[in-house]
Amino acid sequence: MHLRAFGAVIVRDLLLAFRHKSELVNSIAFFILVVSLFPLGVGADIALLRKIAPGVIWVAALLATFLSLDQLFRSDYEDGCLELILMSPHPVSLIVLAKIMAHWMLTGVPLTLIAPLLAGMYGLENSSIAVLMLTLLIGTPILSLIGAIAIALTVGLRKGGVMLALLILPFYVPVLIFATAAIDAQIAGFPVSGQINMLLALLALALTLSPWPTAVALKMSLS
Amino acid sequence: MIMKWLHKFSSPPYFYALSGKLIKWLSVLLVAFLAAGLYGGLVLAPADYQQGDSFRIIYVHVPAAWMSLFIYMVMAVSGTIALVWRIKLAEIVSVCSPPIGAGFTFLALVTGSIWGKPMWGTWWVWDARLTSELILLFLYLGLIGLYTAIEDKRTASRSVAILALVGVVNIPIIHYSVEWWNTLHQGPTVTKFDKPSIHIDMLIPLLNMAIAFKLYFAIALLMRSRNELLQREQNGRWVEEVLEGK
Repeated sequence: MHLRAFGAVIVRDLLLAFRHKSELVNSIAFFILVVSLFPLGVGADIALLRKIAPGVIWVAALLATFLSLDQLFRSDYEDGCLELILMSPHPVSLIVLAKIMAHWMLTGVPLTLIAPLLAGMYGLENSSIAVLMLTLLIGTPILSLIGAIAIALTVGLRKGGVMLALLILPFYVPVLIFATAAIDAQIAGFPVSGQINMLLALLALALTLSPWPTAVALKMSLS
Repeated sequence: MIMKWLHKFSSPPYFYALSGKLIKWLSVLLVAFLAAGLYGGLVLAPADYQQGDSFRIIYVHVPAAWMSLFIYMVMAVSGTIALVWRIKLAEIVSVCSPPIGAGFTFLALVTGSIWGKPMWGTWWVWDARLTSELILLFLYLGLIGLYTAIEDKRTASRSVAILALVGVVNIPIIHYSVEWWNTLHQGPTVTKFDKPSIHIDMLIPLLNMAIAFKLYFAIALLMRSRNELLQREQNGRWVEEVLEGK
C-alpha cells in the first residue's frame, strides 16, 4: 500500500511538471547559461577551460539544483496538498522521498544528460566526460536530498531567498569536492574508484537519513 | 531527584533569579582569568624562537577557534534536549548560542589572517582548517537567519535545533572532505610546519585564556537567555514582578 502511494506521488509530480514545461526548462537553461558565461569571463584558452571545466560545471549544477529546490514543496503548500499528504495514512518520510525522487528526475537527470555537451565545449575528453556524468548521476540526488531538509524548514516563509543559500550550500561542499576530485583524477590518469565510492557513501547516507528530518520539518512548518 | 532539580532549575523565574547571581560571580572569575592569561601571554611568556612576538596572537586565536566548535556542540546538545523533552530553557540556550558562536568563529578567522600576513605573507590561504572554519561561519549565519526568519519563536527554535543536528552529522564530513580537497589540490607547502610541543610557560597562559573565553561564553549566553526569556514570557506574571521589583 505504501509503495503504491510512493509511486503515485512520483507519477503525479512528474505529470504536474510536464504540464508546466517552462518551470521544467528553467533550471536546465540556467545551468547551460552559467556554464557558457564562464569562457566569456576567463577567456577562450582551451587549456584553461579544460582545467576549470569540472569545477565550473559542478558549481553550475549545484546552483541550478539549489534554485529548482524552491519548487519542491511550494506549490503543494500553497494549494493545500501538503496538509493532505501529511494527514494521509502513509509515512510522511516515504512521501517526502517520493517527491525528492521526482524532483531529481526533473533536474538531476536532465543536468546529467546535458552535461556531456557542455563538457565537450570545454574540451574534455570522452573518458573524462563519462566520469563527469557518473559523478552527476550519483551527486545530484544527494543535492536534492540534503536541500529538501532546509526547504521543508522554510516552506511556510515568505522570504526564503538569500538565507536559503546559507542553509543549503555549505552542506553541498563534500559533494562538490569529491565529484570534482574524481574528474580531476580521471584527467590526470589516476583511478577514480575512491572518489566515486565516497560519493556513493554520501548518497547512501543522505538517502537513509535525510527523509526523516525533512518529514519532521514539514510537520513543524505546517503545525 | 535529578529530574526534580532539573525541573526546578528550568522553570523560568528560578532560572532568571539564579542566572542573575551567576553572572556576577562568573564576571569576577572572568576578570581574574583574563588578567592572568593576558599578562602571562603578553608579558611573561618567552618570545617564540621563530615567530618572535607575533605568535602571541594565539592567545586570542586558539581559544576563539576552540570556542567556535565548542559552542556548536553546546547548541546541538541543548537543541536535542529541546526536541526530545521540550524543555523551554534548552530551546532558549540553543537559539542564543549561534550569534556568540558566529562571533568567535569570525574572531578566529580575523586573528588568523592578521597572523597569517607576516607569517605566510598573505591574508588568506585555502588551507583546510581556514576553509572549514569559514564554512562553519556560514553554518552559524544560516542558523541565525533561520531563527530570525520564522515568526513563531517556539517553531523557530525547534527548526534551529533540527538544522543544528543536521549540521552535527555533516560537520565531520565537511571537515574531512575539505582536508582531503586541500591535500589533493595543493601540496602542503605553506601551512605545514611541525607543530612544536608548546613550552609550559606559553601553555599556561593559553589555558587561562581558554578558560576565560569559556567564562565569557557562559556570561554572554546567560545574558542573552535572560533577555530572550523576558521577551518570550512578557505576558507572564513573574516577568511583571521582576520588572517592578527593580
